[in-house]
Amino acid sequence: MFWLTFKRIVRSGLQNFFRNGFVSFSSLLVMTITLFIIVSVMLLGGFLRFSLDQVKEKVDVTVYFVTTAAEPDILAIEKSLEGLPEVASVTYTSRDDALAAFEARHANDSLTLSALGALGANPLEASLEIKAKNPSDYAGIAAFLDSGSSELLSADGSPVIDTVDYSENKAVIDKITNIIDSANQLGLWLAIIFIVVSVAVAFNTIRLIIFMARDEIAVMRLVGASQKYVKGPFVVSGVFAGTIAAFLTLTLSALITFAINHYYGSYFVGFDVFGYYLSHFFGILGVTLGAGILLGALGSYLAVEKYLKD
Amino acid sequence: MILFEKVTKKYPNDTVAVRDVTLAIEPSEFVSIVGHSGAGKTTLTKMLLAEERPTSGRVFFGSVDIHRLKKDEIHHFRRKIGTIFQDFRLLPQKTVYENVAFAMEVSGKSDEEIMADVPHVLDLVNLADKAFNFPHELSGGEKQRVAIARAIVNQPDIIIADEPTGNLDPVSTYEIVQILRKINELGTTIILATHNKGVVDSIGRRVLTMEDGVVVRDDPSGKYSM
Repeated sequence: MFWLTFKRIVRSGLQNFFRNGFVSFSSLLVMTITLFIIVSVMLLGGFLRFSLDQVKEKVDVTVYFVTTAAEPDILAIEKSLEGLPEVASVTYTSRDDALAAFEARHANDSLTLSALGALGANPLEASLEIKAKNPSDYAGIAAFLDSGSSELLSADGSPVIDTVDYSENKAVIDKITNIIDSANQLGLWLAIIFIVVSVAVAFNTIRLIIFMARDEIAVMRLVGASQKYVKGPFVVSGVFAGTIAAFLTLTLSALITFAINHYYGSYFVGFDVFGYYLSHFFGILGVTLGAGILLGALGSYLAVEKYLKD
Repeated sequence: MILFEKVTKKYPNDTVAVRDVTLAIEPSEFVSIVGHSGAGKTTLTKMLLAEERPTSGRVFFGSVDIHRLKKDEIHHFRRKIGTIFQDFRLLPQKTVYENVAFAMEVSGKSDEEIMADVPHVLDLVNLADKAFNFPHELSGGEKQRVAIARAIVNQPDIIIADEPTGNLDPVSTYEIVQILRKINELGTTIILATHNKGVVDSIGRRVLTMEDGVVVRDDPSGKYSM
């Protein structure tokens, strides 16, 4: 009996969906727009995270060592820095490497190169470039470097650090950290507002569609249909519309992200939108399909419920 | 047997649609309820269908007090009654066949029973050749015959027909009345609410006359007289 009823409800729901061509088309359209907004929010989130990582990459603290500092002392400090939980990586640049990089950078600037040659010796300092796991960790790392701890001294106990290039960067780093935090929060709120508004619009469209079918609902009840027999086909139509809308959204998103990469890739500072979409496809598929089905089923269920109360 | 026991129905705006009505309808009777618009005919049939609750009094179907039925029992009860309305009330997205089959589907009949009974009933109302048409492709008389087929397909104990000929031409009206008489001869109780004098006179069976919510006349084999 259960399967017989189930089969009839599904058949009736699908039949209604296909026979109500225009009405089904409009619900499909509204649901697709809603789901597309959800996918766009997800892609925007990916872009924000990517930008955050990019900015994080560009932020660092550099420690310059006095020219007399011995390499083993510097390497020992590098080792103790790597032991800090906040530190993501430490890159050592020796005095010779710094000189080579300087010369390469000024290869076409003979005046600067001759001035350097006139000095007779390499004036450049060895350095350690430190990257933190989070932008907020730089303050702690800088404080450690300024602490004068015994780990930061040479083997004979003399200081080897000349300058810590952090306090100059501090303002910039703080500003970037704040901007990223604000962008994240703003993005989250915008996403919530967009999703709430579009879900409300989709729910209202479904309510209107079922409002138009209220006489039909009354007839079904008069003929002796049980509540589940009245609700069932509407819920099936809703779920079907939600599923189709989800697949339309996924196809549309693939085409749009592909087009963005192709035509406007340069505006996204290296963010591969289409690649991100493909690499997160199954997550996006799950969310879109889940949201589509939930929207269709719940929207229809609640709307029909209104006409079954008495 | 159907029994209305001191039934009164007031609407929230203090309109009294039915006033202290007591009447009994025996099995296999053909009862016409006549009266002007607003006399209370439709309200009376709605209370029998559990679409409206009486403000006071009780309505019995056999030994069952209809308005004491639980919400999940009402649809089972409604399957014992076939309904026919002036505006046909067919499901617009379903074909003639599907409209009739729907009444059987909701009462849990098997596919085999549906495939056997629906063509038979459509044949009875002379619509076998329109089985796969949609309601909007039919004339008024044809639509009403679909409604009758749907009403009788589950072999109900009673058929309530509320102004079934109100939208029909004289030929279609005659056809509908003949079909209702035939159904009644097979043992189904028919309750016909109408203000069509010709229809009531041609049937020549029991007539209840209503005025302002009150049954003012009950003739066992009456004619329409107002």
